[in-house]
Amino acid sequence: MITDLSLQEIKKEWHGTLRSYIIGFLASTLLTAVAFLLVMIRPLSEQILMYAIIGLAIAQAIIQLLFFLHLGQEEAKPRWETIVFCFMAVVLLIIVIGSLWIISDLNNRVMSNNWEMSHD
Amino acid sequence: MSKPLTIHHQDTLEAHADTRLPDPHQDVFSKTTLGFWIYLMTDCLLFATLFCTYAVLHNNTFGGPSSRQLFDLPTAFAETMILLVSSVTCGFGMLSALKNEKNKIIAWLAASFLLGAAFVAIELTEFTHLVQEGHSWSVSAFLSSFFTLVGTHGLHVSVGLLWMAVLMAQIFWFGVTVFTFRRLIVFSMFWHFLDLVWIFIFTFVYLMGVI
Repeated sequence: MITDLSLQEIKKEWHGTLRSYIIGFLASTLLTAVAFLLVMIRPLSEQILMYAIIGLAIAQAIIQLLFFLHLGQEEAKPRWETIVFCFMAVVLLIIVIGSLWIISDLNNRVMSNNWEMSHD
Repeated sequence: MSKPLTIHHQDTLEAHADTRLPDPHQDVFSKTTLGFWIYLMTDCLLFATLFCTYAVLHNNTFGGPSSRQLFDLPTAFAETMILLVSSVTCGFGMLSALKNEKNKIIAWLAASFLLGAAFVAIELTEFTHLVQEGHSWSVSAFLSSFFTLVGTHGLHVSVGLLWMAVLMAQIFWFGVTVFTFRRLIVFSMFWHFLDLVWIFIFTFVYLMGVI
């Protein structure tokens, strides 16, 4: 009896529905297919194509977070999962943007000079 | 007379786990999913650093082949779709678990398992193909970072397959209980997360590699 009741309670904690999975699947398929076809057919210039597929990937990530991982749908009120996600996103952006910035800067300052000097 | 009655009343309330009171099981359950969610977020940071490494090194081919010559886009697209469908069938398994349909859960999980195994098989074929043609991880910094990033994801999927096999056995023996349902939820989070990471591998490694 106790097990049955708490199983019911636990089931309420999970927020997936058939609708959320079907919407998530259709949207993800569409976004993946568009990105794939854009790269195969090449209707855009390289620069715009880069931004377009990055935008499509981020859109798909948001869709999967909402419809598959049910982010931000907890009922309990400090929404810990969402808070942890936001913190992770901040750390991730610092790591990614910081590393790429530092390394590209080093690359410009060190590698290009050495290259020129060794050829001069 | 009235005092023992009140105590008796409270006892029955606890025995039937009144939903107005905080349920100790539910509390443990929320902690489990939150703890696993925190693990997933740290795993996300692991992948972020590997993505950074790849982004920094992907032009350092050391005279070897570049991504443009090596990557086969239709194969990567097929892998993406296989993993996406596998993610959705895993979600359908969860929906069956809500309705206590034991056989359906196992069927959906088996579908996810086969799709996941197909994904790993395609990836291993791709890897052995690359190595046999002499483009192994020791050739250039680009290939080292490529194998590390994609291989780490593949390793996660392989561990997920093992986990899924164990879960299917547990569902078969124990049915849907508090514990197996909790494990199913945690596993489905892991599986969806791997699909999410693959989206970025598909975009940043495969799609941008051939532009």
